[in-house]
Amino acid sequence: MSVTAEATPGVKVAHATPSSRIGVALFVVVFVALAAAPYWGDRQSLRLLAEIFAYVALASLWNLLAGYAGLVSVGQQAYVGLGAYLLFALTMLLDLPPLAAIPLAGLIAAIAAVPVAALIFRLRGHYFAIGTWVVAEVFRLLAAQVSVLGGGSGISLPVGIITAIAPTRQWREFIVYWVALALVVMVLLVTVALLRSRYGLALTAIRDNELAARSNGIDVRRIKLAIYVGVAFGTAMIGALIFLQKIRISPDTAFSVNDWTAFVIFITVIGGIGRVEGPIIGTIVFFLLRQTLADLGSLYLLMLGAVAILVMLKAPKGIWGLIADRFGWQMFPLERRVIS
Amino acid sequence: MEWLNIILQGVLVGGLYAMFAAGLSLIFGVMRLVNIAHGDLIVLAAYVALVATDALGVNPLLSLVVVVPVMAALGYALQWLVLNRTLGDDLLPPLLVTFGLSVIIQNGLLELFTADSRKLQAGAIETASLHLGGGLAVGTLPLLQFVVAVAVIAALQALFYRTALGRAFRATSDDQSVAQLMGLDNRHVFALAMALSLAVVAIAGVFLAVRANFDPSIGPARLIFGFEAVIMGGLGSLWGTLAGGIILGVAQAIGAQLDPGWQLLAGHIAFLIVLALRPEGLFPKVQG
Repeated sequence: MSVTAEATPGVKVAHATPSSRIGVALFVVVFVALAAAPYWGDRQSLRLLAEIFAYVALASLWNLLAGYAGLVSVGQQAYVGLGAYLLFALTMLLDLPPLAAIPLAGLIAAIAAVPVAALIFRLRGHYFAIGTWVVAEVFRLLAAQVSVLGGGSGISLPVGIITAIAPTRQWREFIVYWVALALVVMVLLVTVALLRSRYGLALTAIRDNELAARSNGIDVRRIKLAIYVGVAFGTAMIGALIFLQKIRISPDTAFSVNDWTAFVIFITVIGGIGRVEGPIIGTIVFFLLRQTLADLGSLYLLMLGAVAILVMLKAPKGIWGLIADRFGWQMFPLERRVIS
Repeated sequence: MEWLNIILQGVLVGGLYAMFAAGLSLIFGVMRLVNIAHGDLIVLAAYVALVATDALGVNPLLSLVVVVPVMAALGYALQWLVLNRTLGDDLLPPLLVTFGLSVIIQNGLLELFTADSRKLQAGAIETASLHLGGGLAVGTLPLLQFVVAVAVIAALQALFYRTALGRAFRATSDDQSVAQLMGLDNRHVFALAMALSLAVVAIAGVFLAVRANFDPSIGPARLIFGFEAVIMGGLGSLWGTLAGGIILGVAQAIGAQLDPGWQLLAGHIAFLIVLALRPEGLFPKVQG
């Protein structure tokens, strides 16, 4: 089978195609330009870009969960909120520097995800989705009980902690921006590396046919658990970063279904679920629409929901799926071709 | 005696949760679909009742005559036009489409009715109560709600096991392709199941609207209550949903008594405990 092909001598597997070479070159150019954004962008554009990075990362993580591992969660706000609250707890109660608190928040959330998974993995298919929502609700209600972190009404990060990042406001903004960029690039690179590895092959097999994957000897449950925990780690770090930028936290904003799950799902579905490129394309579309239609308020969300339903019914592979099917493009070198 | 009273109130609220759950359980049983918009449809029914009572000037409980057929028709159309296209081996499309629907209903209601809290006034019945002696008392309205819930579940049970339509539901549930070979039109059967589910949703929505304040954002929590009752009761069992609803209602009532902030949390914790100890639920129906 193809899992062993990579280990068989004399047989090589190539991943790159002409389109992926262009894609990677483009990725590098865009990355360099974005890394230099503090030199060419103003404060508003830095904030907007950081927000875009956060959504690309959240959508990529959800895509890994739902698009590849078949774990359709509508409760990822549990980990966004948990990461955010851990950032506040670690910095305010344990005096940790904020930048060190971000990875630690991810780690603690990943540990918390293990018993959570043990419980909700008992729910099959559709009921798993609602189970994840219950978990997010429990986290939200528990957060509202923590009075040292503001209880139900929330709390702001003290000035002392914010100035610990950097003494001047300009440099603080630069640093938070770079951390956001670093996190999204890390999420994308880890995803690509994962999908190129043998686990990626197993994941793709699970995506395409879980039963067939299982009968080919893939330990589906273990891989799903690993993905769930890994995604919790990443999601919590993004959550911590988002609320480091927002400075103020409350249970309702940190565990918001609309902000951290509905938008993320719509982005992924519209861009193309089950493809690495999907969340990137989806986020670009989402922000273009938002910049033009944001005044519509709840009507905007309504339209987004309608577009996502239409895409799901008419073009379930999303925008990138249409492009990939039509032109055979891939932005990242993920395809497998055997060269003997 | 105070605690007995609290538990009794919890049991009665459990009837409402069982109605949330019955509609959810019914469509899952027939077509393996979990409708994420279920809670928002309950809230939608509450708003339909609001419009109907305003327009007709009748008691909200009488508005059921209008709300039930409207919601049932909506259910049939929704299934026929949208949801039937999503059914298949892949779990993703029905989940994401009903999730999208949930967002559309919530924001649509927000546009039409604003975020203000509403409540339907049912008149004297709201404050009437029955004294059971020994300091125990139950409100007439909660009691009526509970009796209606039991009646709804008994009726669904009878429909499932004693009528031709019920046989069609069970047949498609067991094996869709064989049911089709036997001359059933699955799309029509599914649409009827969704119509029935939303008829139950309509009854639940009216009682919700009479009992407490509602606004466009409360749907997801109703979905979660219904879901917890389904899982605690045991998948596929209609009477199980009543048991699950009662457990949830009692847990919330006890939690609220200990600390107002613990009302919802206590319900979720009861659910998680059942999930940990008896993942198949308390009264599971053996499923093929």
